[in-house]
Amino acid sequence: MGKRVGMEVSIAAAEVVGLCDVDVIAAYPITPQTHIVEHLSELVAEGHLDAEFVPVESEHSAMSTCVGAAAAGARTFTSTSSQGYALMAEICYIASSLRLPIVMAVANRALSAPINIWNDHADMMMSRDTGWIQTVAENGQEVVDLLLHAYRVAEDPRVLLPVIVNLDGFTLSHMIEPIWLPDKEEVDRYLPPYKPKLRLDPRNPMTFGPVGMPEVYTEAKKAQDEAMNGALPVIIEAWGEFEKQFGRAYRPVETYKTDGAEILFLTMGSISETAMTAVDKMRAEGKKVGLVRLRLWRPFPAKELVDVLKRAKAVAVVDRAMAFSTRSGPLCVEVKAALYDHGVSPYVQNFIAGLGGRDVTVEDFEAMAAKTGDGLSKGLPMAYEIVNVRE
Amino acid sequence: MKKAKASPSHPLDALVRTERIPHIWCPGCGIGTAFSACLMALHTSGLDLDKTVMVSGIGCSGRAAGYTRLDSYHTTHGRAIPFATGMKLAKPELQVIVFSGDGDLFAIGGNHIIHAARRNIDLTVLCVNNLNYGMTGGQVAATTPTLAKTTTTPRGNPEQPFNLPLLVYAAGATYVARWTILHTRDLTQSVQEALHHKGFAFIEVLAPCPTGYGRRNKERPLDTLKLYQERTLIKNGANPAEAFLDFERGVVLGKFVEEQRPTCIEMYDRTCRLPDSAAG
Repeated sequence: MGKRVGMEVSIAAAEVVGLCDVDVIAAYPITPQTHIVEHLSELVAEGHLDAEFVPVESEHSAMSTCVGAAAAGARTFTSTSSQGYALMAEICYIASSLRLPIVMAVANRALSAPINIWNDHADMMMSRDTGWIQTVAENGQEVVDLLLHAYRVAEDPRVLLPVIVNLDGFTLSHMIEPIWLPDKEEVDRYLPPYKPKLRLDPRNPMTFGPVGMPEVYTEAKKAQDEAMNGALPVIIEAWGEFEKQFGRAYRPVETYKTDGAEILFLTMGSISETAMTAVDKMRAEGKKVGLVRLRLWRPFPAKELVDVLKRAKAVAVVDRAMAFSTRSGPLCVEVKAALYDHGVSPYVQNFIAGLGGRDVTVEDFEAMAAKTGDGLSKGLPMAYEIVNVRE
Repeated sequence: MKKAKASPSHPLDALVRTERIPHIWCPGCGIGTAFSACLMALHTSGLDLDKTVMVSGIGCSGRAAGYTRLDSYHTTHGRAIPFATGMKLAKPELQVIVFSGDGDLFAIGGNHIIHAARRNIDLTVLCVNNLNYGMTGGQVAATTPTLAKTTTTPRGNPEQPFNLPLLVYAAGATYVARWTILHTRDLTQSVQEALHHKGFAFIEVLAPCPTGYGRRNKERPLDTLKLYQERTLIKNGANPAEAFLDFERGVVLGKFVEEQRPTCIEMYDRTCRLPDSAAG
C-alpha cells in the first residue's frame, strides 16, 4: 500500500521517478528544478535506486546523455527549467524524432531577459512544437501521478514518444503538500518493465539519426504527426487504468462547475486552484461562471476542448506567456484555431496574467470575469489584455 | 563646534551601484573580496572607466556585473566570454573584463573559454573558483575535488576536476595567474597586470563557499582561509602542469605565464583585411 506523506513536491517527484526504476538520470542544476534531481542523486547514493546519475556540464549534455542512454535501451529521466530548457531544445527535437521514450519534469519558469527565476509558462510554450507529449500538473499529487503515467504512455509500443510533465516552478516545485505516494508493488503493477522497441543492438545493427534527404524528410515528419495524434487514445486509456488502480481520475480537459456556466475560464497549471476558489466565490454570488483546465497540452485535445467550451457564451482564456504581436497568448491562439475548425464561435476574451512570478489572485479572476461579462453584454470587440500591468 | 556629519563612504563607492547593496553573497563567501580586488585594480589602473565594460555569466559571481557602476552585461549561463568577444571585436578600444564563476566559465561555458584563449582575444577574465555550483545550492561542478561531497555527489565526487591554469594555458592564454582571496594585494596587482596585458589574460581566484561547499565537507570559512594560508606556495613562473588543485599536496599560486603573441584582432587585421592601397 502506498502512504500519505507531507512532502516537498520536488522530492515527491524524485521519489516516484525512483520507484519507476529509471536506469539513467542526467541533469544540470537550474532553479527551480534542482531539488528534483538532487533528491534522485541521494536515492542513488543511498542505494535505494540502482541507476547511473550523471552530473553533466550543461542541459544540452543532459538531454544528449538521455538520448544516448535511451537509444541503448535504458529508462531515462531528466529535469530542467527555463534557460536550461532553451539550451536543451536542440536535442529535445532529436529525442522525439528518434521516438525515444524519455521522461522529463519541467519546473516552469520565465525566460530571460530580464533574468527572472519565477514561474510562468514561457518555457512550456517555447517547447510547444518539440514533438513531446506534454501534461500539466495543478498540485503535488498530480505531479506524482502524471510522472508515473508519463512512463507508461511514453514506453507504450503504440506511442514511443518522450513525455514532459509540467509543474509550476516554486508555486508547485517548492511547496510541501500532502501526497499519496504509491509503493513499489503498486508502481510495478501499473508500469510494466520497459521493453525497448528501437534500440542499439550489435546483433541487429541500427543507425539512429542519419541524414534524411528531401525524399524522406516530409514523410518522417508526417509519421511523427501521426504518432502524436495516435498517442491521444493511449494517454486516455492509461489514465483510465490509473483511475481503476488508484482511484484518481484524469482527463485531457478537466472541468469545474461548468454546468449552466455562461462564462468559462480556461487555465493551465497551479493557478487553476486559485481559479476554483474564485469560481466558488462567484457562484455563491449567483454569477454563472465555471472553469475549464487544460491537463494535456500536447497532443492538443482540440475536440475535447471545443466540446466543453461550446456550451458557454463567453470564454476567458488565461495565458501565462506572451506570443508577441499576435494579440493573443499562445494558448488562446490555439483555442481560437480549435473553435474555428469546429465551427463554434463563443465570445473569447484573452488575459495574460502571472508573468515572471506576478501573483494572480481570486480578485484578479473576479475582475477578469467582470470584464468578460461586460464585453459580452455590450457586444464589445473580443479583447486581449495584460492583467495588472503598470503603464 | 559643529559635529561632523557621518557620511558612510567607501573608496570604491564610485565603482559600485550602492543602491543594489546589500549584495546576495553569504557570510564567509569569498566573491566580495575578489570583486573588490578587481574594482580596486580598476580604480588604480589609470584606465578610462568610460571605456571599460564588465561582463558576467550566471551564478553567484555573475552578480558582479549588476553591482558595478560600469557599463556591464549580465549574460545567460556560460555565455560571458562570447558576449565579451563580440563586444571587443565591435569596439576594440573597450577594456573588457569578464568576472564570473568556475561553473559558468568552465562547465556550461567551457567551450567558449578554450577558444577565446586559442584566439588570444584581448580580454581580462577573472574566474572565482569556489569548487561547486553555489547559487543553485552546492552541486558538483567541473572544479569539485575528487571525493568531495556535494548535493549531487552525496558519497563523494568520483571525477577529477580541471586544472584551470593548465587548461587555459594549453588552449593558448598568454597571461595566467592564480591567487586566493586571502592574497588580496597580490590579486589586485595581478588584475592590474592583466588589465594592461595585451591578449587573453586569465586569473583564477580561489574563494570559499561555506554555504554550498563548506558545510558538506566539514570546512568552516576560517578552515578554508587557513588552507589558503598554510597549504599554498607562491611560485611565480611555475609550470601550470604543477597547478593541480590539491590542498593535501599543497597548491601553487602566482603568475604562471606572461607571454606575448599577436592578439586575435591584430591577426585578423593583418590577415583578413585588404591593405589600404588594395582596397582602393
